[in-house]
Parts: sequence; structure tokens; C-alpha cells
Amino acid sequence: MTPELGHFALILSLWVALAQGVLPLVGAQRNQPQWIAIARPATTASFLLVAIAFACLTWSFYINDFSIAYVAAHSNTQLPTMYRISAVWGGHEGSLLLWVLMLAGWAQAVALFSRQLPDAMVARVLGVLGLVMFGLLAFVLLTSNPFERLLPAAEEGRSLNPLLQDPGLVYHPPMLYMGYVGMSVAFAFAIAALLAGQLDAAWARWSRPWTTVAWIFLTLGIALGSWWAYYELGWGGWWFWDPVENASFMPWLVATALIHSLAVTEKRGSFKNWTVLLAIAAFSLSLLGTFLVRSGVLTSVHAFATDPRRGIFILILLAIVVGSSLLLFALRAPKVSLGGRFSLLSRETLLLVNNVLLVVACGAVLLGTLYPLIIDALGLGKLSVGPPYFNAVFVPIMLPLLVLVAAGPIARWKQAELGDIVRRLWPAAVVALLAGIALPMLAGEWHGYVALALALAAWIIAAIVLQTIQRLKAGTGNPPPSWWGMQIAHFGLAAFVIGVAMVGSYEEERDVRMSPGETVTVGGHTFKFLGVEDVRGPNYTAARGSFELSKDGKMLRILHPEKRNYDSSAMPMTEAAIDAGLTRDVYVSLGEPLEGAAWAVRVYFKPFVDWIWGGCLLMSLGGLVAAADRRYRLKARTATKTVATGAMAA
Amino acid sequence: MNKFLLPLGIFIVLVALLAVGLNLNPREVPSPLIGKPAPAFTVPQLHSPEKTFSPQDMLGKVWLFNVWASWCVSCREEHPILVEFARTGMVPIVGLDYKDKREDGQRWLARFGNPYSIVPFDADGRVGIDYGVYGVPETYLIDKAGVIRFKQIGPITPEVLEKKIIPLVQELNK
Repeated sequence: MTPELGHFALILSLWVALAQGVLPLVGAQRNQPQWIAIARPATTASFLLVAIAFACLTWSFYINDFSIAYVAAHSNTQLPTMYRISAVWGGHEGSLLLWVLMLAGWAQAVALFSRQLPDAMVARVLGVLGLVMFGLLAFVLLTSNPFERLLPAAEEGRSLNPLLQDPGLVYHPPMLYMGYVGMSVAFAFAIAALLAGQLDAAWARWSRPWTTVAWIFLTLGIALGSWWAYYELGWGGWWFWDPVENASFMPWLVATALIHSLAVTEKRGSFKNWTVLLAIAAFSLSLLGTFLVRSGVLTSVHAFATDPRRGIFILILLAIVVGSSLLLFALRAPKVSLGGRFSLLSRETLLLVNNVLLVVACGAVLLGTLYPLIIDALGLGKLSVGPPYFNAVFVPIMLPLLVLVAAGPIARWKQAELGDIVRRLWPAAVVALLAGIALPMLAGEWHGYVALALALAAWIIAAIVLQTIQRLKAGTGNPPPSWWGMQIAHFGLAAFVIGVAMVGSYEEERDVRMSPGETVTVGGHTFKFLGVEDVRGPNYTAARGSFELSKDGKMLRILHPEKRNYDSSAMPMTEAAIDAGLTRDVYVSLGEPLEGAAWAVRVYFKPFVDWIWGGCLLMSLGGLVAAADRRYRLKARTATKTVATGAMAA
Repeated sequence: MNKFLLPLGIFIVLVALLAVGLNLNPREVPSPLIGKPAPAFTVPQLHSPEKTFSPQDMLGKVWLFNVWASWCVSCREEHPILVEFARTGMVPIVGLDYKDKREDGQRWLARFGNPYSIVPFDADGRVGIDYGVYGVPETYLIDKAGVIRFKQIGPITPEVLEKKIIPLVQELNK
């Protein structure tokens, strides 16, 4: 009964979403208050219906209802409860339902937290979200129904891929989807503004907090995914330029450009067309990512079970959503005013360069991801693009960005003076130079690459410190949260760079054959192999190793890496044991059993690796602080009228 | 001409490419090589550059020809299965290290185990072109007469190994 209820709620939500999409949009264009008023209740109704459907599916997983094909394929009775719940989004159908639930949730949040916005604007935003939701619900119902019955019911489920039985999977996809789907709000605001012909500072101010919050989720989601790959896949790497990783990274790059460009549009009224285009692009890339992951056009370690019908459906959806948005853009953009003029050296220019670099970087990643497909589609052959391409192309694009990130916040709007910037930043340049020379030597060996990266990180951090001192001394009062947020996020970027450079240059790894009692040393840390015992987990048996970790003769702790054999799968899983620290991780994993009690053992010393994710956390924290700025919650209803008319006249 | 139409134009081209791409399956291309003699080549070996390898060396044996690279993510997924399979000694596995750096390839094998009886080294990917390699890993089963009998694109799964490769090896060895 429960699955039918869920299925029914889903069908109902499809039609409510259609109403939510059509009526308020028409109402807003024709200025009919009754139709505009439908937007909020319809949004709430569709959200509740999708939530009911999702709850039904979750319940079916909880009670092990193997009469549902999707449940039987992704869960079994041996699976611990936590993974039974997270298995809901462990496959294509359920993760798509999660996507839709989040979309409905974002729309509901807009409906709740937009009391200060004009009703027509809210109606348009919710209408656009309703249309997108209609498309995705149709996709779920027509090609990927998670409630499909399996008759006769299976005795036992097939279980979740052991790789996915990890706390990382419980949090990573929801975070990532919150970010992906959150881009739809920025998109909906952009389309609403284009429809209303009201591209102005007020629009930028309204969409800024939403964009920032979505960006926070996206940042955290990507960081969690990278961290999960680091400790669960047992390869010690943290980023593989896999098509699925790229699919999440491309919207992130564009969203990062978007939050910077929105700042210019809000403060100076410039870059309006560009900002709208970025908002459309960020969401389009989220949809493209969904297409790439689920259509099977590219091969990836993350691949979902694929079905050509699904690919065609998403492609059509993508074509309609993005094609109509870009057409609307082409029609409306020529009429948009240019906004404030600015000179060649100004904060506007610096932010424009930031935007161009981020978009070019995104283009490079997109090209690398799609290149095999393009070559194949043109009949020129088959090939694969690996990390060498991405590293060679991506890093040089990022270097100028790191140089400019220190200068951007100091440069004045409209017209900046080079002398002023130099006067305020020269101590940072000195610090950077010294850091570049000295730090790599302290860390071990001096390499040009790590020296450059550390110098740039020091440059950014020193500039942040200088700016904070100068700002507090200037006596203009405590800077607003958005300013602090920016500095925290930029500091996070510097921390990230330090992590990447240090682990890239100074990591040590050893592959050794060890018998009980033997020791191996990496990066000053000694591992003593104590032995391996067999243990039984809830749904696997494991060989559990014990290693005594010590440094300078002092015992630190016992580490237990495991080699697991899940009952339901033939693939052995490696669970690394990691001792994490502020300045280093040490990492041990079991290889193959050798003769006697000896094992092949792999140990890593990874200096500053946690700074990579710590940097991402700081970036998100900065976003959070910035989004909490009070000025976004001020009453906008009265202020916008005047701005809007002014913009249209121009 | 409206310059604001440019994004739309780019997008249409992208969609067209994706639409074509959808009809191609990256894992399943008809291999024109099946039933044909394995293309000849001679390349140095990974561990000892002074020695060479050529498919002629394997005439009279049924052998697996696996193409891998240290930079290839899916190869790591496949590797434990190959290591396990190599223990059975059922069939010699030749592992072509494809478009790789010599030291990277050596380190990779040292770390993950070496299931290969011989490791030829194809630094510039020439051999790959002859064999129509477009994604690593790829695996060919070659019979005693040097004819390609089976090709697996993408990682070998335990299923493929048990259902396709092992029965075929047993049949070819009769």
C-alpha cells in the first residue's frame, strides 16, 4: 500500500507543479493578483506531495519491502539501518527523487523567506521553479519510477554497493544535490528578472543570499566527496578528474564566478547581462552534470545503471530548459542598460578578470570532459582524457587568480590607483617572497612549484591580515559581515592551496612486505605491524590489521586498517586506517596477504592534506557569514519600485 | 546579427553533439578486430628497456592482452581481479602500459601487485592505435594462432571473467 501511496503522491505533485509553473507566470505577465496568489500555496502543496513520496520510499527501505524493484536492487536485510536509509539515494531512481525533493524544498524556502519581495517577482521565481520541477517529475514518472513493483517479490535484496556503505555516502549526495539544485533558485531569479524586464541592483540583492547558500552546499558536497574518495577508495588521492567529479566542479566554478559578478551588479549596476548568463550557465551545468552521469555517454567510476531512454529524456529536458532561457536572454539582453562605467584599473575590472578566469577554467574542464564524446560523435575515433590534461590546463589558469585575489578587495570601485594598491600591499609581497624562499626549505626540499604555491598562499593571507588591520584602523566602524565572509573565504582558498602544494610535493609512500613485529617508517612516523585477526561485521567478514604508530620513540596510537569481504559482493574492500592531524595525516592500508603471516602493506605520510578540506570548510564558512548579512533581509518592497522604473527607462 | 544569440548557438551545437553521443555506447563498440590476427608490433618492456616484446613471441599460447596505465582510474578497480586471476595461472597475461611514464608504471605495479608475465611499454600510444584502444583499460583474448577472439572494453568484472573469459580460454586450450 505504501508504495502506491508514494506513487500517487508523485503523480499528483506532477500536476500541482504544472499549475505552480503556469498560473503564476501568466498571472505576473498579465498582472492578475488572483493568479499570482496561487504561487505560494501551490509551492507548498507540491513540496508536501514530493515529501510524502520520499517518505514512502524511505519507509519501504526501512521495512525491507522487497516487492519494490528498486528496494530489492539496493538493500537487503543484513544492511545496517543507517545504510538502509541512505540506500534510498544509492541508485538512480531514488537519487533522482532526492533531487526533486530538494528542488521542492528550495522552492518552499523561497516561498517562506521572500515576504519582503514584490508578489509578482516571487510568483515568477516560483513559477520558473515549478516548470523545472514539472520536467523532472515527468522524468521520474516516465523513465525512473522508484515505486515499480517486483512480482513476485524477492526473498532477499541485492544490497548496496559496499563502496557506498560508508558515512560519507550518507552525507555527500544530499549536500551535493542541495548545491546543484540550489542553483535553480539563482536561475529562477534570473529568468524572472528577464521576464519582468527588471534586471537591476534589487534583483542582484535578492538573488545573492540564495546563490551564496547554494554555493556553500555545493562546496561542502564536493569537499565531502573528495574526502570520501580519499579514505574509502584507499588510493590516497583526493581528486581524480573523473567525469562525475567534473560534473560537480563545473557548476561550482561558474557559481563562484556568479557570486562575484552579482556583487558588481548589486553595488555598481554593471555586468547585468553577464550575471544573468552566469546564473543560467550555473544551473545548465548542473543539469548537464545530471545528464552526463545518468545517460551513460561517458564512462566513469560513478556510473549509474544506464538506460538510453533516460539519456534522451534528460537531453530533451536540458534542451528545453536551457534553450528557452538562452532564447529569452537573446531577446531581452540588448535592451538592458550597461550600468556604471569603470576605468581599466578598478574593482570592476579585477572582478571581471576573476570571472573570465573562472569561466575559462570551467570551459577547459568541460572540454576535457566532453572531448572523448565530441571526437566520438564526429566519428574521429575513441579516446580518453586523463589527469595530465587537466593538471596542465587548469593550474596555469588558476595562478593569476591567486595573484589577483589579494588585490581585488583593496581596489576601489570605478577607478582604482595602482600607487594606492602598491602602497597598501607591498608588505604582503615581501612576506610572499620570504615564504616562497624559506618555507619549502623548512618543509624539506626546495621545488619551484611548491615555492610558487606557498608564496601565493602567503601573499593572500598577508593581504587579508593587512586589509583587516587597515580597515579596523580606518575608524569606519566594524566591517559588515559580507566583508568578513569574503576574507574568511579567501583565507580558505589560501589554506586549500597550501594543502594541495604540500601534499603534492612532500607526501611519502611506501609499499612493503611486513611480518608481525616488523616496522616501517615514513615521514618520521614508525609503524609496527602487530598482526592480523579475522573479525565479523554486520554484513561482512574482515581481516583486521593492527599497527602501532609511534613518533620519536613515543607511542601515539594503534591503527586498524581492514580488508573486508562483503557477503553480497565478490569485490574485496580496503578500509584504510588514518591518523589525522593538523599538519599531517598518516595512512595505512592492507594489501594482499603474502606467505605465512606476512602482508603487503601500504603506508602514506601526507603533510597538510586536511588543509584541502579545511580550506573548503573555511570557504563555506565565509559564504555563510556573508549570506547572513542583515541587509539582505531588509524590506525591499518599497525600495525596488523606484530602482526598477529607473532601470527600465535607461 | 545579435551577439546575444551566441550563447544559444553554442548551446545548440553542444546539444547536437550530446544527441549524437547518446547513440554511441562508450563501452561497446563493434570491434573490427575480433576474428582478425592481432596487429604486429615490437616495443620495449617496462622493467628492462633493452628487451622487447612482440605478439609473435606468444604464438602457440592462448593469452590475455590487457592495456592499462598508471593514470587510469578504472584500471585500479580492475587490478585486484587480474591479480587474483593471475594466481590461478590459467593463462599468461601480458599488460601493455599505455601512454605512461616509465617510473609511474613501475611504481604502480610495485604498489598494486604485478599480475603480468610480461609488461610491454607503449610510451606514445602507437600500439594502442593499431588495436583501436580508445579508453583504458581494455583486454583482448588472443588464441594460439594469434587471432583476437574476445575484447573487453572497460574494466574486467568478476562476471565477465567467469562467464566469458574463463570458458573461452578453456575452449581455446582444448
